[in-house]
Amino acid sequence: MTGSAIELSRDAPSAARAPMKHTISVLVENTPGILMKVAGLFRRRAYNIHSLAVGVTEQPSVSRMIIVVEGAPEILEQIIKQLNKLIEVVKVNDVTGFNTVDRELALIKLNATPATRMEIMEISNVFRASVVDLTEKTMTLEVTGRSDKIDAIMSLLHKYGIREMVRTGQVTLVRGTQPT
Amino acid sequence: MARQTTPLARAGSAATTKRMTGGQALIECLYRAGVDTIFGHPGGAALPLYDSLYDARAIRHVLVRHEQVAAHAAVGYHRVTGKVGVCMATSGPGATNLVTGITDAMMDSAGIVAITGQVSTHAIGTDAFQEADVMGITTPITKHNGQVQRAAELPRVVLQAFLIAGSGRPGPVLVDIPRDIATAETEFEFPEQITLRSGKIPPAVPSPNQIAAAAALLRQAARPVIYAGGGVITSNAAPELTALARRTRIPVTTTLMGKGGFPETDPLSLGMLGMHGTAYANYAINAADVILAVGVRFDDRVTGRLSDFATGARFIHIDIDPAEIGKNKPAHVPIVGDAKEALRALDAQTPPPDCEPWHRQIAEWKARYPLRYRQTGDTIKPQFAIEQVYRLTDGRAIVVTDVGQHQMWAAQFYLSTEPRTWLTSGGLGAMGFGFPAALGAQIGRPDALVCALLGDGGFQMTLQDLGTAVEWGLPLKLYVLDNGSLGMVRQWQQLFYRERYSHVFLKNPDFAKLAEAYGAVGINVRRVDELEPAVRRSLEVTDRPCVVAITVDPEENCYPMIPSGQSVKEMIVEDDRIRD
Ligand SMILES: Cc1cc2nc3c(=O)[nH]c(=O)nc-3n(C[C@H](O)[C@H](O)[C@H](O)COP(=O)(O)OP(=O)(O)OC[C@H]3O[C@@H](n4cnc5c(N)ncnc54)[C@H](O)[C@@H]3O)c2cc1C
Ligand SMILES: Cc1ncc(C[n+]2csc(CCOP(=O)(O)OP(=O)(O)O)c2C)c(N)n1
Repeated sequence: MTGSAIELSRDAPSAARAPMKHTISVLVENTPGILMKVAGLFRRRAYNIHSLAVGVTEQPSVSRMIIVVEGAPEILEQIIKQLNKLIEVVKVNDVTGFNTVDRELALIKLNATPATRMEIMEISNVFRASVVDLTEKTMTLEVTGRSDKIDAIMSLLHKYGIREMVRTGQVTLVRGTQPT
Repeated sequence: MARQTTPLARAGSAATTKRMTGGQALIECLYRAGVDTIFGHPGGAALPLYDSLYDARAIRHVLVRHEQVAAHAAVGYHRVTGKVGVCMATSGPGATNLVTGITDAMMDSAGIVAITGQVSTHAIGTDAFQEADVMGITTPITKHNGQVQRAAELPRVVLQAFLIAGSGRPGPVLVDIPRDIATAETEFEFPEQITLRSGKIPPAVPSPNQIAAAAALLRQAARPVIYAGGGVITSNAAPELTALARRTRIPVTTTLMGKGGFPETDPLSLGMLGMHGTAYANYAINAADVILAVGVRFDDRVTGRLSDFATGARFIHIDIDPAEIGKNKPAHVPIVGDAKEALRALDAQTPPPDCEPWHRQIAEWKARYPLRYRQTGDTIKPQFAIEQVYRLTDGRAIVVTDVGQHQMWAAQFYLSTEPRTWLTSGGLGAMGFGFPAALGAQIGRPDALVCALLGDGGFQMTLQDLGTAVEWGLPLKLYVLDNGSLGMVRQWQQLFYRERYSHVFLKNPDFAKLAEAYGAVGINVRRVDELEPAVRRSLEVTDRPCVVAITVDPEENCYPMIPSGQSVKEMIVEDDRIRD
């Protein structure tokens, strides 16, 4: 395992940049049911949702959803028009191809014995992951970065035996003064 | 955040702030929204709402026998008056019974508000008695829905519902009111006007550049056709459409939902297009070089196989809903805006295109492929029955249909000349729609002649509300075309399933006796010579509904027909037997 190999996997064209994958930012009024309304529009067209992250914004009454989806562009255009019609939706923006900061967080709990611990620590250092829990048999890592970075560390960790893992889904902001 | 503001229909009867129960606040809001009629049915969770309704003097409540009827009646009321229709039901089974009617309103863009009682806030989500997740159930079938979570927000939620239901592209809005909120007494504040985030009501005025582009395209057209739909009716644009078409002499075909948007008696009218449209409308649209599509949504019953639809045409598409433009067919000139505004602007800029050969071609198609059937012998042809009703009502009735063969024959043979006089379930095609929608229409237009043309199958889905129509003394005419079968399905089984008639024949009651049992007038018609006297008699009844059950030829099929998913090339123009 060398650093350069890892660099390469970071820069390789990833699924996130493949033409059919889109990152949509949806600002919504914080009301019960809105998540279902938004998700329902994707479900109806059988549009594949890769991840959906949602949380409150600088305005307490407004939440932002970052939805990463994949599918035919004409259908996505339809879905975005339909999203715009929802009364609770404040703004929809397809930020695919924009200059953005994209991040995702994962917690990975894997089998770790005293014999494999050091090796795992080494991998985690390269990815700037941190060890957030340690037991006789397990180790839990927290890793943050672009989704493809998380994919990369996952592929290296597989051989130790991943017991459980959870990912937040991608969150995104457009860089600079331009709003997302 | 920018907002759009709309004043209310009526000033309130109360001061802007008043102490009252949630139920009373609801009534106050309905009054302010201009509501005069509610179609509804009470129940446990709706008891506090109904208790408040007991004192409401300015609002009448029509007690229906099934909540589906309430929703369809609200649509009927909306269609003829242009006002938002209102239906109301209790939680659980009451609300689920509304679902078909709400879905119909969604598919056909009808502005209604549905109010449902709900179990108390603390019990929601516990499988409480008569609890249904109405928000979850109705999210995909409403333009918008909302549950009142705190009493104070009730006025805003209810008044917004009316604004949303009636504006832009109209649609159903559901308001779910938990029992404790309806009961609680609070200081309510009633807004003087309603606000919505900007952009939620689409702009009515179209872009002048797009109008100019459309006018330029039309001016050069050699084979232009106007394809007009439900949006023309909604936007009250029939006069503008008629003016534009007559001045430019561009032929007009209307969808099932657009009937009445342009007089079908006008020589420029091609009648309805699509699966059961006239042969000449389908030939014309498929040969056109420029199509002005206005207030239509390129439904598959109109286009058939999309890739084969009007392949040589460039499209101008006017719609108030941006999501409709380019949904099924790309538009060369997309125009987002109100049909009335757009047609008026176009009329000012479009010189008549030079297309005499086109007019000759259309005249030839009309002469060669007229709509026709053959009435021989004693057995009544369904088309003949409809033509008789058309003739004896001078074509002036508000016509409401159910769903099936009779619906298509009604579309073909009862020519519409005025907007808001043709009511049908197009997008959902919900059997059981016709009679309730006619009931709502008659309540909305008490002086109008309202005729329902129904199938024996569909009528039996909602006929229990004859009781309601009798109770209100509604002089509805219900013509039931009794072919002893689910005719449209039987036709498909004959044509596409090798005459394997699987569960389509009906053992029917004596409809006249049934009507009489409810206190309505009932007439059975079996022979062709009985038809005219029976229709005449029905038209003389003024104080109650009249059911005329007409036994019609059970083997008649509806043509022309473009089989599902096919194109004009596969059109069956007429029954072979007709030429014998
Ligand atoms: C058994 C059966 C057979 C059928 N066969 C046929 C057939 O042969 N031919 C046929 O035509 N239909 C047929 N239909 C009906 C068909 O399914 C559709 O309901 C119908 O074609 C849709 O009509 P429309 O395109 O006018 O759109 P509507 O459903 O009436 O939609 C109206 C459109 O206008 C827009 N709009 C609303 N307000 C405005 C405004 N103010 N300004 C501008 N735009 C506005 C809306 O956004 C929408 O896009 C059949 C239905 C059944 C049940
Ligand atoms: C609620 C509902 N169920 C089923 C259908 C499918 N369907 C469409 S037309 C039709 C037959 C209608 O029969 P009838 O009411 O007798 O009218 P007809 O076709 O004979 O004129 C059926 C079953 C429907 N449209 N709506």
